[in-house]
Amino acid sequence: MIKHFLNLEWKQYFRSSYWQKNIALNILLVFFALYFVALFLSGGFILLPALKKLYPDEDPFIVANSFLFFWIIGDLLGRFFLQKLPVMSVKPLLTLPIKRSTVVNFVLGKSALSFFNFLPLFAIIPFSIMLIRDGYATSMVLPWMLTMVIIVLIINFLNFIIEAFSAETELSILPLLLVSGVLFGLDYFEIVSFRTLIGDGLISIANNPVLIVIPLLILLVSYWLNYKLLKDKLFLDSSLKTKVQEVKAADLSWTKRFGDIAPFMQLDLKLIWRNKRTKSMLPLVILFLFYGLIFYPQETYQNQPWFYAFIGIFVTGIFLINFGQFIPAWDSSYYKMLMSQNIKYEQYLSSKFMLMIMSVVILFVLSIPYVYFGWKILLAHFAAAIYNIGVNSHVILFGGSFNRKKIDLDKKAAFNYQGTGAVQWIIGFPLMLLPLGIFGISYWALGFEVACTILAILGIVGIVLHKKLMTIITKRYLNSKYKMIDAFSQDN
Amino acid sequence: MIYTKDLSKSYNGTTVLNIEELTIPKGQSFGLVGNNGAGKTTYFSLLLDLIKPTTGSITSNDVTVDQSEDWKPFTSSFIDESFLIGYLTPEEYFYFIGDLRGQNKADVDALTAKFEDFFNGEIIGKKKYLRDLSKGNQKKAGIVAALIGNPEVIILDEPFANLDPTTQIRLKQILKDLAEKQGVTVLVSSHDLMHVTDVCERIVVLEKGDIVKDLETNPATLKELETHFASNMVASVEEE
Repeated sequence: MIKHFLNLEWKQYFRSSYWQKNIALNILLVFFALYFVALFLSGGFILLPALKKLYPDEDPFIVANSFLFFWIIGDLLGRFFLQKLPVMSVKPLLTLPIKRSTVVNFVLGKSALSFFNFLPLFAIIPFSIMLIRDGYATSMVLPWMLTMVIIVLIINFLNFIIEAFSAETELSILPLLLVSGVLFGLDYFEIVSFRTLIGDGLISIANNPVLIVIPLLILLVSYWLNYKLLKDKLFLDSSLKTKVQEVKAADLSWTKRFGDIAPFMQLDLKLIWRNKRTKSMLPLVILFLFYGLIFYPQETYQNQPWFYAFIGIFVTGIFLINFGQFIPAWDSSYYKMLMSQNIKYEQYLSSKFMLMIMSVVILFVLSIPYVYFGWKILLAHFAAAIYNIGVNSHVILFGGSFNRKKIDLDKKAAFNYQGTGAVQWIIGFPLMLLPLGIFGISYWALGFEVACTILAILGIVGIVLHKKLMTIITKRYLNSKYKMIDAFSQDN
Repeated sequence: MIYTKDLSKSYNGTTVLNIEELTIPKGQSFGLVGNNGAGKTTYFSLLLDLIKPTTGSITSNDVTVDQSEDWKPFTSSFIDESFLIGYLTPEEYFYFIGDLRGQNKADVDALTAKFEDFFNGEIIGKKKYLRDLSKGNQKKAGIVAALIGNPEVIILDEPFANLDPTTQIRLKQILKDLAEKQGVTVLVSSHDLMHVTDVCERIVVLEKGDIVKDLETNPATLKELETHFASNMVASVEEE
């Protein structure tokens, strides 16, 4: 049976059009993977000497263990965003003579072979080797290593339990923040010191290998919990039933003042509000509003005003970038219908344009408190906002006409590469680097105020030429109509 | 009304549709039948300018469909579920289509009220998104949406599939009325010979992209079609 499953997995992976069409993206992902392997590997070798240097008076092994708690929390957070629940298209299997438990065990077993479980090994094993070379007893290091592997697997399954719960809530990130926040809080305020608890626990296991039974037991429990969760879900009706949601209608009659484009604006707002993919984009927008807080409070960046415009572009344009890059793929699932309807393409695009403009204005208003770090920042943000309105909005709409990738609106957004093609990478350059370049160069040559003025003037030129630009953009969309219809009707 | 001349469509050298000439007059209820891969959906897609013809063209009301967009105001269609917007409720979807076709809410309400029977209480006022409706109910919503805005040409691909028997009968009545009383040109395709012969005045049989039969419907048509498709079966058995 396992043989058949593996065969299916293999075919699913290599025959998916996603794989075949996205060689470039896959190469990039492999590159990232190798990068992290190298990072962990070097980390594993350097850790012991580094600890010796930083804490010369303490036993580096004990110090390393006391930091494990943070590593666990970090790993959980990272996995939540990057690791996907192990999925398998079970529907065709349900009616075949296969035991449900076999399917569940296979899916869970598969998840244990994830890259995220192997990655820590690249740090754990070299660290262990260094420990042994440094004179630590092999009989002590080996159980420790084994425990670490078990902990990695516990994190793996714990993550899926958290994800299973988060899938049911509106704000999917909440359960994770709750769990890690509570754990961290308990530790930070020394109510329960997980740091010492975990550290001491691991050292006891290293000294007394029989105790390894305890993490093993925790692993079994988390596996069993997953098993139960998944098995309950393995009925067709449960996956069908939970999907039905009550409609939440909002009054959108205010869009009427936009005239012709009102129907499309209402549609776009509903699109954003009612679909998983778009909805999970919104927290990202809020998050990036605070992007500047990483830089502005630091003095090194305070003295580098050439950088402000870049942050301004990001802070005021994050919605524009996130939403705009997938125009018109957002409507890919019903694009055929739109194309056979009595619509003016320009109105359809104008609605998206209007929405992006509004977001820039709102985000700029929300970012006004940055003035606390100096009026220069506000000025740069204002110029960047105008640039976003006048130039970037048109650039991203134009780039959209090259979109050929369908988007499934029911999948969440973070690290979802669906719909991402070369277009999204290429469009990023004019969108962000160009204003940075213009602003930076004119700042060095002519000064801060002039740089802001130049950026704003470019934006104003874009606004003035709006009608003309839209005609050109609309033409591009019309020219690629058949190609888009064809591409959007193909499944990824 | 709809005039097709020298129309062909091929993919990588394989011709999937080849129509020399076909005229569909105004107000005719026109049926397209054929086995899988006969080219029914291809023809409808060409008619809606969703794909580009390899050669030839279709003119609808003197508008060449792949040259101008002026056919859109008087043409409506429902090809498959991808014509629905999953995250809208049926009402919102109707209003949206109404907006595009210059109908206000009251117009749309008046029209959908006429289809209360057809909806069987499962579409309107249920507070459900279209994506959560059953296949059959999605189809009902899509078909009715295609009737919004007094179109002169209505194109429905496989309208009877997935519908329950009661709805099938009601739909047949609706389609007949449209052609007979309102002078609407109705184009349907179907695998169900009985339904098409019930609804359509004229039936065209497609086979591997070619028109092989063009019949005026009369009491003997059903028999003739059945014989045609049965003989096809015999022929293919003999080939083996």
